Amino acid sequence: MTATATSDSLSIFRFASPPEFYRLAGWLAPWFAVLAALLAAIGLYLGFFVAPTDAQQGDVYRVIFIHVPAAWMAMFLYLVMAFWAGVGLVFNTRLSSLLAHAIAPTGALMAALALWTGAFWGRPTWGTYWVWDARLTSTLILLFLYLGYLALVAAIDEPRRADRASAVLALVGAVNVPIIYFSVKWWNTLHQGSSIGPGSGQMARSMLAAMLVMVFAVWMYCIAVILIRVRAVILERERTAGWAQAVATAAS
Amino acid sequence: MSATVFAVLRRDLLLALRQRGDIANTVLFFFVVVAMVPLAVGPEPKTLRLIAPGMVWVAALLAAILSLPRLFAHDHADGTLEQLLLTGEPLVVIVLAKCAAHWLATGLPITLLAAVFGVVFDLGTDVTRVLVATLLLGTPALSLLGAVGASLTLGLRGGGVLVALLVLPLYVPALIFGAGAVDAVAGGLSAQGHLLVLGALSLGASVLAPWAIAAALRISLE
Repeated sequence: MTATATSDSLSIFRFASPPEFYRLAGWLAPWFAVLAALLAAIGLYLGFFVAPTDAQQGDVYRVIFIHVPAAWMAMFLYLVMAFWAGVGLVFNTRLSSLLAHAIAPTGALMAALALWTGAFWGRPTWGTYWVWDARLTSTLILLFLYLGYLALVAAIDEPRRADRASAVLALVGAVNVPIIYFSVKWWNTLHQGSSIGPGSGQMARSMLAAMLVMVFAVWMYCIAVILIRVRAVILERERTAGWAQAVATAAS
Repeated sequence: MSATVFAVLRRDLLLALRQRGDIANTVLFFFVVVAMVPLAVGPEPKTLRLIAPGMVWVAALLAAILSLPRLFAHDHADGTLEQLLLTGEPLVVIVLAKCAAHWLATGLPITLLAAVFGVVFDLGTDVTRVLVATLLLGTPALSLLGAVGASLTLGLRGGGVLVALLVLPLYVPALIFGAGAVDAVAGGLSAQGHLLVLGALSLGASVLAPWAIAAALRISLE
């Protein structure tokens, strides 16, 4: 009786076991992918057909519907990654560390996307692909932090040491992200005054709506991709376990 | 506890004194890197005066990174580090003492040498004084944050390059406020705000970084 009561109250922790979470992630990922596709379709429709042409920037501004979601997710995912890395470090749960490993490449991709789309936006509006603007620079440094995390994970052969060492790095990075962000902001404002960047004017309501829908679309995309990647990471880590070999042979 | 601090400090400083070449090389590297810059950008004194604070600071970051393997690698190789972990004294305190010794052996010489660059690049007394002050306040943070990277990469292949990749983004605030303070004074403004933030960074790092370093050392040695 007590045994069942305990297992009931802890039922959600069942998914801390890699094979259980492997199945859960496999079941959840398509739903998030479908959600992402639906939201992206709505968001892009709103963005390209409903939102008006900007008075100052023309149609170029429409890159915002990818640019802003990517930039937000890049920052957000770092904190999520640091959170799961910290949980893995404190509670010694393998799955949390694997989740952190799975988040890192998507976070790096989002930071790179934000920089890339920003460059294509900057060229027609600012006349240059790159300026040492506060936001650009702090996103670049965020990308470096992601790459450092990935490099550390890749450099350590012993998997559990890689989990824990990278968790310490992610936590140190998470403490530093706000400090870096504000120091870069201050550095820039000291040097060249306010930037010519976007967001200085009021946004039309339909533009804002399209952007927010796209933020959710990118969010769902990130969740779907991270769940798919964490399945691969789990299989790779558990490759000597019986269940993982059964899954692999069933798939091949 | 203070006995532990002094014992570790004394040992590390003694080792640094016995291997004077290591310190000399770090300082020499700092000097050579800064001396390369005029060859790259041209000898125009006005340009050099403008970029001197920035390049001295970047050279200081590079010198700090190159000196990081000294911090734990030798002790790791000969087993001293494991003994230190087993002493029963708080590891955080031991780590703090090691960082202090590292700073005295590398950060301080670099800081003193920066005064020479003030003369070489004709920065003037006020600007030189601030340049030295920024390095004095900022290099402790470089040693402490660098020690996090050094402890995480202990005994790894290609550790040197990896440390640079991990640690350089963390050095950004110190770099900004260090070089920014000198720029502010050169431009006729007060550097007080910058210096206060720089001091705050070093103090904050000396409180938080030892915990991360201690955790990283335990992970690396288990």
